[in-house]
Amino acid sequence: MQADILQELEQALAPDRILTQKEDLLPYSFDGTAAMKSMPGCVVFPESAGEISACLKIAGARKIPVVTRGSGTGLSGGSVPVEDCIVLCLVRMDQIEEVDPRNLTLLAQTGVITKAIDDAAAEHGLFYPPDPGSMKISTIGGNVAENSGGLRGLKYGVTRDYVMGMEVVLADGEIAWFGNKCVKDVAGYSMRDLFIGSEGTLGIITKVLLKLLPRPQARRTMLATYDSMEDAARTVSAIIAAQIIPCSLEFLDQVTIRCVEDYAKIGLPTEVAALLLMETDGHPHVVAEEALQMAEIAGEHGAVDVHTARDEAEATRLASARRTAFSALARVKPTTILEDVTVPRDKLTEMVHFINEVAGRYSLHIGTFGHMGDGNLHPTFLTDERDRDEMEKVEKALDEIVARTIEVGGTITGEHGVGLAKKKYLAHQFSDPSLALLKKLKQTLDPANILNPGKIFD
Amino acid sequence: MHCGMCLPTCPTYAETKNEKNSPRGRISLMRAIADGELDVSRAFADEMYYCLGCLACETACPAGVDYTGLFEASRAEIEAAEVLASPGRSFWRRVTLDFLFLHPRLFHFAARLLRFYQRTGLRKCVRGSGLLMLAPKRLRALEPLAPEISRRFSQQLIAPVERPRSGKPRFCVAMLTGCVQDVAFARLNRDTVEVLLANGCEVMTPRLQPCCGSLHAHNGELDQARVLARRNIDLYHLDSLDAIISNAGGCGSHLRKYGHLLKDDPDYAQKAKQWDDKLRDIHEWLAEIGFRKPSQDSAVPETNSVTYHESCHLCHGQKISREPRMILESLPGVDFVELPESNWCCGSAGIYNITQPEQSAKLQERKIRHIRGTRASAVAMANPGCHIQIEHGLAETGIVVTSPVSLLAEAYRRECRGDG
Repeated sequence: MQADILQELEQALAPDRILTQKEDLLPYSFDGTAAMKSMPGCVVFPESAGEISACLKIAGARKIPVVTRGSGTGLSGGSVPVEDCIVLCLVRMDQIEEVDPRNLTLLAQTGVITKAIDDAAAEHGLFYPPDPGSMKISTIGGNVAENSGGLRGLKYGVTRDYVMGMEVVLADGEIAWFGNKCVKDVAGYSMRDLFIGSEGTLGIITKVLLKLLPRPQARRTMLATYDSMEDAARTVSAIIAAQIIPCSLEFLDQVTIRCVEDYAKIGLPTEVAALLLMETDGHPHVVAEEALQMAEIAGEHGAVDVHTARDEAEATRLASARRTAFSALARVKPTTILEDVTVPRDKLTEMVHFINEVAGRYSLHIGTFGHMGDGNLHPTFLTDERDRDEMEKVEKALDEIVARTIEVGGTITGEHGVGLAKKKYLAHQFSDPSLALLKKLKQTLDPANILNPGKIFD
Repeated sequence: MHCGMCLPTCPTYAETKNEKNSPRGRISLMRAIADGELDVSRAFADEMYYCLGCLACETACPAGVDYTGLFEASRAEIEAAEVLASPGRSFWRRVTLDFLFLHPRLFHFAARLLRFYQRTGLRKCVRGSGLLMLAPKRLRALEPLAPEISRRFSQQLIAPVERPRSGKPRFCVAMLTGCVQDVAFARLNRDTVEVLLANGCEVMTPRLQPCCGSLHAHNGELDQARVLARRNIDLYHLDSLDAIISNAGGCGSHLRKYGHLLKDDPDYAQKAKQWDDKLRDIHEWLAEIGFRKPSQDSAVPETNSVTYHESCHLCHGQKISREPRMILESLPGVDFVELPESNWCCGSAGIYNITQPEQSAKLQERKIRHIRGTRASAVAMANPGCHIQIEHGLAETGIVVTSPVSLLAEAYRRECRGDG
């Protein structure tokens, strides 16, 4: 990166908040996504919207790409740098500015860790439900920019459902605020909805106002085991059809169960074909009743065994273990290509079956887990990026899975975002004029195309 | 896999929030070197010595990345490339790694000298006179951190073979006395033997045991570490032992990986594997053989509430976390209090408090704050480095620094005496 640009950035921030040495930059050349890497020109650590604004003005004047990053746990390459770009790393903007128990809101800076938000809410008996797998380290800004989901999506929805307002630095450096603490607000376009899930391509989110809920009084976690994955899928469909909306319905296949157990050592049954983690929360009476019904339905649909967590500690262990599924799969092979296809729930069994069939046809090793209650599957190809032939087969298998997903009315990504990883599939799901409108929005808000260029679409 | 699950558990990343100072960042640099994109540079070397080697990342890693292996190999490459070499650094490395920690007699002699300095009034004299200012910087930094050397070392307190007072021994075990543990915490070694005897173990304790080599392995001298591993293995007839007992978290973590260290040595690979199979941390062993709980009337009043600090290499390196707590909870009259962030490094980290005093002090302060917050009258731990670091931090607070094994031994002793 040119010396005069670095000098300007140093003036805008402080010299010790800009990294330029190769050893400092290499660790920022990737995010949580497999097999994607590109070297930034520098990494800066702004500490306020004003400083971000100054950076964007410098970048805008020279048309230098700016890639925003939190903890770098994204799974679609959204924060992988563009060659020689400025990486805006926002982890130092990490203060919770307000918890308002009277309006049930929380105001946080963009770099606050997701789990810290729920912890702060819990101190007031409140609850921030979205819980992506990486919640112990992911930042709220990243969650909003990717519209992250999590294990509780089935009942509580995703990040979007909890964002009431936000501060955004626009591409030209202007600082805008959208939203407020009102439950109802129909003044103007819902601009905040535009920035949620925009993957750093429309503006830089610097502060978010979040909606909180009362913390559920009770919860019950159960583990159902199956001899076939289809039975697990049928159980999920039956629970939904019985008009029960549990907090989560998560499943793991055998490969995933074994990897997770190898890591967590919590006594998961490793001989079964599939495992369903079911959780219900809310009023104690309702929880007891729903738990009973769910266990019955599981039994009627082929569950070999249904185990109820003895206490809160065991329930937490089970959910935590489930959150490590993706990373634990790397125990089998060094490269894990993670999919995020999501289908309407009545197509779930069909999709699970199809994924296994494709993997078998290409002789590929996969582990599948995911949010079955949401129809959100994470088939994960266990491979080695150095094996060219196999990587080619993975590509082909992915193409087939995506094509079928779209065919049955699903989406190419349920919660990880498009980024770089799913970019080539976006045009399959969006046809003109929808895709054209997406691009028009981008042009309008970022005419110089400096904000995370080349992500979502070219 | 680079999911970032290790980041929230890394003490240096928590301090700087700079990826380079995280396990994921360090591994990316190692990979860049392996792929020929980066040379073994000064900046890389500095980073690898900024890492505590606490291994919290290994516990956090769902993918099972062997950070210990990567860490040791990196430091070895750094030493081979000599990017950090300076006359002063080389001198101190030679004195410690090539002499003191390679030759137990020399080590004992040095410890005797240190005790002479500490006990004869020489220390007061030196400190008072400002003479210390003339000493090299490293020695000056080291002086106040040096542990108080015991009057008698392990070999004066423990006979080469000891048998339980009554009954036929249930097990035959070897007792590893360590280096710092041997001269500064000989009492704890004695306590360990007593606890073993009280639980039916016949204890073999060879004199003049060599260092386990962990200091060498962590500081890039893997060949010396191998020499020491072989010497240790040669001391025992492994077939006749049920277990080899280590009571220092840092040593134990290294000791149970001799198999890996010597895997390419045709003469020792098999023996090293057998060694690993028999190596037990004392707490682990006591839990495994079902240690006897002391009777109700053996309570020790000074330690009526105890908290527990986990040595990194015991909990992360050896994954032993539950067993020391089981021992503490078994003690009569003791209220066991959990320590917040109990498995967060205290900043001792081998010789980190000498090489990185600033970061070490921050971690020490964080640890002390948590210990004081529990309002416990004692804090137990099982690693000499942590013991020294935390004892310094707690000076003048009146909080007792001890170990689970010492507390158990004391409870057994009180049973015999019939007081309490």
